[in-house]
Amino acid sequence: MADLRTNFAGIKAPNPFWLASAPPTNTGYQVQRAFEAGWGGAVWKTLGDPILNVSSRFAGTSYNGKQVMGFNNIELISDRPLEVNLQEIYETKKKYPDHAVIASLMVEPQQEKWHEIVKKVQDVGVDGFELNFGCPHGMAERGMGAASGQVPELVEKQTMWAKEAAEVPVIVKLTPNITDITATALAAVQGGADAISMINTINSLAGVDLDSWNTIPHVAGKGAHGGYCGPAVKPIALNMVAECARDPELNNIPISGMGGISTWSDAAEYMLMGAGSVQVCTAAMHHGFSIVEDMIDGLQNYMDEKKLETLDDIVGKSVPKYSDWGDLDLNYKVVARINNDVCINCNKCHIACEDTSHQCIDMLTAEDGTDYLEVREEDCVGCNLCSIVCPVDGAIDMVEIPNGEPMTWNDRQAAIKQTSTSATELA
Amino acid sequence: MNFSRFENKSISLEDLESNFQEVEPDLTQKEAIDESNRCLYCYDAPCIQACPTGIDIPSFIKKIASGNLKGSARVIMESNPVGASCSRVCPVEELCEGACVLNDASMPIMIGNLQRHATNWAMKNNAELFKQGKDNGKSVAIVGSGPAGLASARELARLGFKVTIFEAKEKAGGLDTFGIVSFRLPQEVSLWEVEQVEKLGVEIRTNTTVGKDISVDELVSGYDAIVLAVGMSTVPMLGIEGEDAEGVFDAIDFVETTKTPPMSRDFVGRKVAVVGAGNTAIDAATCSIRLGAEDVKMIYRRTEKEMTAYEFEYEFAKQDGIEFEWLTQPTRIVTDEKGKVTGLECVKMELGEPGEDGRRRPTPVEGSEFVMEVDAVIKAIGQTRFVNLIEEFGLNHKWGVVEVNLDTFQTSNPKVFAAGDVIFGDGQGEAMVVTAAEQGKQAAYAIHKQLIGETESAAV
Repeated sequence: MADLRTNFAGIKAPNPFWLASAPPTNTGYQVQRAFEAGWGGAVWKTLGDPILNVSSRFAGTSYNGKQVMGFNNIELISDRPLEVNLQEIYETKKKYPDHAVIASLMVEPQQEKWHEIVKKVQDVGVDGFELNFGCPHGMAERGMGAASGQVPELVEKQTMWAKEAAEVPVIVKLTPNITDITATALAAVQGGADAISMINTINSLAGVDLDSWNTIPHVAGKGAHGGYCGPAVKPIALNMVAECARDPELNNIPISGMGGISTWSDAAEYMLMGAGSVQVCTAAMHHGFSIVEDMIDGLQNYMDEKKLETLDDIVGKSVPKYSDWGDLDLNYKVVARINNDVCINCNKCHIACEDTSHQCIDMLTAEDGTDYLEVREEDCVGCNLCSIVCPVDGAIDMVEIPNGEPMTWNDRQAAIKQTSTSATELA
Repeated sequence: MNFSRFENKSISLEDLESNFQEVEPDLTQKEAIDESNRCLYCYDAPCIQACPTGIDIPSFIKKIASGNLKGSARVIMESNPVGASCSRVCPVEELCEGACVLNDASMPIMIGNLQRHATNWAMKNNAELFKQGKDNGKSVAIVGSGPAGLASARELARLGFKVTIFEAKEKAGGLDTFGIVSFRLPQEVSLWEVEQVEKLGVEIRTNTTVGKDISVDELVSGYDAIVLAVGMSTVPMLGIEGEDAEGVFDAIDFVETTKTPPMSRDFVGRKVAVVGAGNTAIDAATCSIRLGAEDVKMIYRRTEKEMTAYEFEYEFAKQDGIEFEWLTQPTRIVTDEKGKVTGLECVKMELGEPGEDGRRRPTPVEGSEFVMEVDAVIKAIGQTRFVNLIEEFGLNHKWGVVEVNLDTFQTSNPKVFAAGDVIFGDGQGEAMVVTAAEQGKQAAYAIHKQLIGETESAAV
């Protein structure tokens, strides 16, 4: 059976499934319950100077009747006294020595503040730190969290200050509320980070109540932006992980990936794109800690099926496949092919193509009177839309059509340039 | 009907009324949201094609999913003025749900139940869905206020006609109000549909029999057009001895007595024989059970294969514990000295060669006579026609089936249109509420075209 033991930037854990720093890791009671359920590690809810929270705090977004497509919160960092948290971290680590307990930290961007908190927390025996440079609401208005995480110099400096005092690995958690996450990732690397994690939540307003016209959530009739997470953000987060994983300047720094991970398959995708561990919050908040059982079981079964023995056999294996648009083969061609024996004739592919794509799926009637759909392959651009909207597995295949030698945009531009240069030379 | 959703209620012999409560509960809000979100929103959806009134089903389902229940009810009722009744009585397995593409992939969408959910919302919330059209100066008389008459009236009123419905009974709605068992279609649903039509300025003269309380001539001379939507009449005579005995009932009349409380207690503990195996026969049998009958048998001279009841009706009857006597023909109703039914003499049958209608003709097995001990006999062997009235109108007909142009529903008198069961039969039309509604609509459009012309504004 596949070995899921994890060594992430020196932090060891029985498996790569960690709870992210968030409400599920607020107390020792919760973290210990999580370890009992099977979670390999937990990033404790962010420690810092005491704060005050508001009520209410969370909002979910639903889609087509399904709850929690996305999740929005305006809760701040831990509102419990630091001493209580430290005592519970100590007890938890003592009870679960093999599980990873990582402390998330956030203080004002001052060297002595960082030294002080790192030392205090280190003394109770954490396995690592995660610097919270990502929290987008509340703390950011006070110059912390995302506010400092959006300024590469501050990321670098604060990482450095934390590293000056830290004897255990330091992970820098990045905010997605920035145009190019590799810029702050690089700052973290330059500050000496042992690893980076991403993404923190995305600035969000979950909704507006159509009766009261209040924001969702609201606090006494007023709202403020929160941080968005959950399944809806997965593609955004996955790209950020992949962009960092493939950036040569970041030098293969370990990445802990998070953002909408709900199942083992989500986790496996993050791992293939370079995540050495994964962090989960929304799915646990939606369903409880027991979801980790299938995450472990499913990942093991997948790895066994693919004959993968350890996480090294999967982590980062898709990164070389992630590139720039200019490196894509312009001559590669796929077309849609409809399997009429599987097709249920909902005609969704037809109308999607007809109204919003390339008008190449015809609704036809056979001689025996049965209706069927057919792709005019010569007009199909291989956009995938029909297969995306098709509700039945196997009804539409995207089939590769031989179409000449590979030629990327970059190849093409280079060739054009060369031709014009030789033409100039000839002239 | 979705049997798994039926409330598992045993028959109460004390509270007979409770046995007639709607048997399938409305979808809960969550069920409706889950189910509506399961709809694929097909393009050129086969369910629309399968609906005789052409309801834009994906559209009304999408509106349930989006929380726009008023819009959903409007889409349903727009195409089908008796859409709340149809959501309960349509043979959906043979129509919309039977056509659902998800039959091949998972489970068809519960279209009937979603339609019921949306129209229930409209009923509860007293939603105003349509408005009377601007008076166009023309008047139409409609004879009969059943599905065809109501549908015709609703569309004509929206088109600006002054519409008067003549209804022989004390309440409007026809078959939907009186003829469909309450546990499938509560009377208030049909009466709500009637009310929707009345709100558009349609006058309904109840207790008014055309040919008796008002003459055919008055109608023909007093209105610009007439829609004949009288449906069908009583069950025909079996033509056997004892038919006038106490304890012999017409199935249509019998069902009607169960539509409004109080329920008769005469059937408690009785043995009932229902003659016939169509949908009305099943209704009579299931009503008998709900009135407390101890033993209910359906007598049919052919077999299970030839019975005309819908599959789900047959299933329903079986679940009610009704017994079926196939290949059995009644020959005499046995009575006691007071003229009360005590038995039904029958003869066993066998199927011979197919007759003109393609069905194998049953013939009696000699010497197989036997007497079934029963207290009541309910006749459900079809319905007779209002031949006299049709002839008073001077319309061409065949055995009481009025001949119409199937595009315009115009009869042999250009001023008179006909729709619903009055034109059903002899290979013409279908005996469903939903087809009657569609014919009524089409007759209205044809009248509009004839009297106003196509260029005038459409319905509001």
